[in-house]
Amino acid sequence: MASGVKPRVKVPKTAAAGDSVTIKTLISHKMESGQRKDKEGNLIPRSIINRFTCDFNGANVIDVALEAAISTNPYFEFDAKVDASGDFQFTWYDDDGDVYEASKSISVS
Amino acid sequence: MKKRMLHSIAAIATASILGAGVAVADESAELIVNGEIAIVTHTAPPAHLADAMDEIISGWVFRMDGTQSMQADDFDNPGMIWVEAAAEAWAKPEGTEGKSCADCHGAPEEMAGVKAVYPKWNEAAGEVRTLQMQMNDCRENRMGAEAWGYDKSPAINMEALLSSVSRGMPVNVAIDGPAQSTWEQGREMYYARTGQLELSCASCHEQNYGNMIRADHLSQGQINGFPTYRLKNAKLNGVHSRFKGCVRDTRAATYKPGSSDFVALELYVTSRANGLSVEGPSVRN
Repeated sequence: MASGVKPRVKVPKTAAAGDSVTIKTLISHKMESGQRKDKEGNLIPRSIINRFTCDFNGANVIDVALEAAISTNPYFEFDAKVDASGDFQFTWYDDDGDVYEASKSISVS
Repeated sequence: MKKRMLHSIAAIATASILGAGVAVADESAELIVNGEIAIVTHTAPPAHLADAMDEIISGWVFRMDGTQSMQADDFDNPGMIWVEAAAEAWAKPEGTEGKSCADCHGAPEEMAGVKAVYPKWNEAAGEVRTLQMQMNDCRENRMGAEAWGYDKSPAINMEALLSSVSRGMPVNVAIDGPAQSTWEQGREMYYARTGQLELSCASCHEQNYGNMIRADHLSQGQINGFPTYRLKNAKLNGVHSRFKGCVRDTRAATYKPGSSDFVALELYVTSRANGLSVEGPSVRN
């Protein structure tokens, strides 16, 4: 597991049915591009988050493929339309096979 | 012919200045962090600066809208990643004494106000000390732990944590009494032209703030927002490292972070922000 990885998400606690809510996510990750060299001139192997998904009550909201040029600590902000209360499930997929997860509930009235 | 060419060069220069002007943020915007911490970004200068400046202005004002809004919410402020890391370090026992910062000082919030008065004279040591020097004193003498390298990430993270709990409080460093000679040394450095380009700090940050230096919008060089998350290097930056960058840009041999020269300069430059709010970790470009 890459060191110092910590997912963070921000979802409003409540919303009205049919509202579009803004969701913010950030994961601390070094996002080593695979292009850099260390002091001895050896290539530092690529180690990035390569995919990020968000599901709401089992339905996919967003599915992102990340590439090596994306900066350290990738941040996503997007909108989702909510019709009923439920859970947002966030998943980040690391190059090394690790999967980081977070979830947040929202109550819709 | 030559005259016409000069004219067209002047026209291009004017166009680029206007073009740059578009990229500059609304200078009357107000900064409120998390919807609750009001930050003073414009205020009257402290008495020692009253002859030189009409107003002191936070570096936040000089940045673009997108950069400004990042600082208005802790979730959007990437600097807070390291503040969280420091909060963990705060509670972690280290060194031969097995003590953590929290064992003596309690919650980080109890340190509110500390950042606002540093650098500060330390009577026992007989010197002006920055927050990082004081932290290392704690580590070596109270915790029996190894000192942190100056402006290295553990130290800068902890400084950011202590700064974050003081946000919104006015910077108020003492410049009289025993600290006065150090402060005067810092002032001397601030106004001394240096390097092959013969620039002083004042050349840019006192006489030309608000103007463009090539693609950069010159601020007043206020350091109330340090440690600063910079978009250019995606990490927290310390004051001394920033000073080093500036001195290097004048093409002078620079001082070391943590050196007595930079401590004096930090005291003086901090005193120029007396009255502005503590902002760190701020977001700059």
